[in-house]
Amino acid sequence: MDFLNAIVALSNFVLVPAIAYGSQLALGALGVTLIYGILRFSNFAHGDTMAFGAMITILVTWWMQSAGINLGPLPTALLALPFGILGCVAMLLLTDRLIYRFYREQKAKPVILVIVSMGVMFIMNGIVRFIIGPNDQRFADGERFLISAREFKAMTGLSEGLAIRTSSVITVVVAVIAVALLFWFLNRTRTGKSMRAYSDNEDLALLSGINPERVVMVTWLIVAALATVAGVLYGLDKSFKPFTYFQLLLPIFASAIVGGLGNPLGAITGGFVIAFSEVTITYAWKKVANYVLPESIAPDGLAQLLSTDYKFAVSFVILLIVLLFKPTGLFKGKAV
Amino acid sequence: MKKLLMATTAMALMAGPAFAAGHGSEVKIGVILGFTGPIESLTPTMAAGAELAMKEVTDSGMLLQGMTVTPVRADSTCVDSAAATAAAERLVTSDGVKGIMGADCSGVTGAILSNVAVPNGMVMISPSATSPGLTHANNEDNGLFFRTAPSDARQGEVMTQVLIEEGIKEVAVTYTNNDYGKGLADSFQAAFEAAGGTVTINTAHEDGKADYSAEVGALASAGGDRLVVAGYVDQGGPGIVRAALDSGAFDTFHFPDGMIGASLEETFGEEIEGSTGQLPGTDSPGAAKYAELVGDAFDATSPYAGEAYDAAALLMLAMQAAGSVEPGDYKSAVFDVANAPGEKIYPGELGKALQILKDGGDVDYVGATAVELIGSGETAGSYRQIVIEGGKITTTKFR
Repeated sequence: MDFLNAIVALSNFVLVPAIAYGSQLALGALGVTLIYGILRFSNFAHGDTMAFGAMITILVTWWMQSAGINLGPLPTALLALPFGILGCVAMLLLTDRLIYRFYREQKAKPVILVIVSMGVMFIMNGIVRFIIGPNDQRFADGERFLISAREFKAMTGLSEGLAIRTSSVITVVVAVIAVALLFWFLNRTRTGKSMRAYSDNEDLALLSGINPERVVMVTWLIVAALATVAGVLYGLDKSFKPFTYFQLLLPIFASAIVGGLGNPLGAITGGFVIAFSEVTITYAWKKVANYVLPESIAPDGLAQLLSTDYKFAVSFVILLIVLLFKPTGLFKGKAV
Repeated sequence: MKKLLMATTAMALMAGPAFAAGHGSEVKIGVILGFTGPIESLTPTMAAGAELAMKEVTDSGMLLQGMTVTPVRADSTCVDSAAATAAAERLVTSDGVKGIMGADCSGVTGAILSNVAVPNGMVMISPSATSPGLTHANNEDNGLFFRTAPSDARQGEVMTQVLIEEGIKEVAVTYTNNDYGKGLADSFQAAFEAAGGTVTINTAHEDGKADYSAEVGALASAGGDRLVVAGYVDQGGPGIVRAALDSGAFDTFHFPDGMIGASLEETFGEEIEGSTGQLPGTDSPGAAKYAELVGDAFDATSPYAGEAYDAAALLMLAMQAAGSVEPGDYKSAVFDVANAPGEKIYPGELGKALQILKDGGDVDYVGATAVELIGSGETAGSYRQIVIEGGKITTTKFR
């Protein structure tokens, strides 16, 4: 019974949150990694792209809610997601046309593009705050819980509860679907293959007749879709506040780099590595340890490695370790 | 003779502006509160309370030689000390205020006090800064700082009494990571442990994060009968409560003053049934009279609105008692008007108080919140104990 309690407590406070958070990071990191692989620069504006897509989705969600359109137990935001993606696509294609294309034609160095993307980040950040305001916005509706802690306790008779929120489940399901679609697209379709060719060797791809502008456009389309999905899922699961998306940049880049920049599989692995490290290192293990260990060696203290204040420091340290010892990342991406 | 003439002329010249100042028809009082920032939903009613007192004094026409009192608002931001200092500096140097009603949050109040008020010799009366760190036992503030809100050292003791009476012996504490939160959490822990209780964990949370599941994970692991959330109702506080409810870590909470507000009811309602809390408040007749005076203009029971009225009233009564609007002159009169002996003064009676002072009498200002200054110039403090019942914040008793 104690062992079961330990597992439930662990799932409730570590496994479930970390899996949901990991999926959100993985989707974000996929966008970063695609841009790095194909357009060859680190896109600092990615966090704010997520915020922009999520913002459009929220606005459409609010309109749908006021018009009485809903999905029953599922959040209305899922219905509004395609509109958010469209808005985000328009935004990204516009910035590409106005800003990035100029530098691409100049054959600007990646480091210049990185700085340019920071400029885009500030502008996009400003636009989002200007339109929706800097505060927390609530847009989640439908059933909050698949199973609530109280129900779980009543059902199983365990002293620990397990809460599974609808948003966590949706996050994981949508992330799996998005990733499956992406891999199918990259590996099976002609356009996907041309993108990979362009990523591997730009000159060779050009010689074989691949239209670079088309590849760039498709990349932005996919990135917009991934960013919006990631942004909306994060907002549904946690809360939407423009500034937190800006802060997400660090764990997202850490995920992409840990997995190996430019490698989609690495981005997903990296997302989960970062999420699990952040959650497990800052978790106080006292409760779980007290269930599992015999009384004589059970800890009195909290058994917490780092205070939760240092959550972001964890991703930073992992980033440093990877860059020092394995700069190409776990999955052999490109050296940074 | 020539010398005497010269001296007389010089005297007359010097006296001229002094008289002019005395007869000046206007005195400005700064109202510096966090109109933006983490307690922005509380500050409009606080400012309205202070301005109500000023209007009352102006309308009575009794202050010194019938001076009018003009409020000048400034934004303390509650969290940004640099911005608050700049705003206060502007009030003193460019607007020429003669006293400051504010600031609100403890961190910015301390910053304004040491960077602006003390160097410029400006009196400030804060309606809501409660950090024990602002108690100046050794006169570091030159007698310039007062507050109509009690120190959190006192709130920590009251909180302990509430919880012990509820039969709660073990609590987890999380506080917002600033002067207010830390001061309150530490004074509570000291008081609670002295009373035989156990604080399983006393940890900070950062405001403005999207996700508090990691913080709640640590709190849940430490365990306890109740979670004390010493945070802000418009900031991280609700995030902590939401995450604790969602994960089933805690069902009931204890809320100090910063967490009690209308939005707490709206957000959680019956989900936090049985939770307790306390905020400064009194059952003295002053509170009712204040509510009557306010009428429908704004919510008179909003936290610290009464304290703000009292802070502004004290400033003006002290000016009257000292017969001068200069902070250096009237700072020593604040204690005299706030405490016994003298006629008790309730809200709406400022005109009467000014008359008594003018006639050389003595007043004991009670005001909306039963003001009684102790120590270095802070109110002793009475608290309103609340419980969440049927999804509503309900007053159980006063302490």
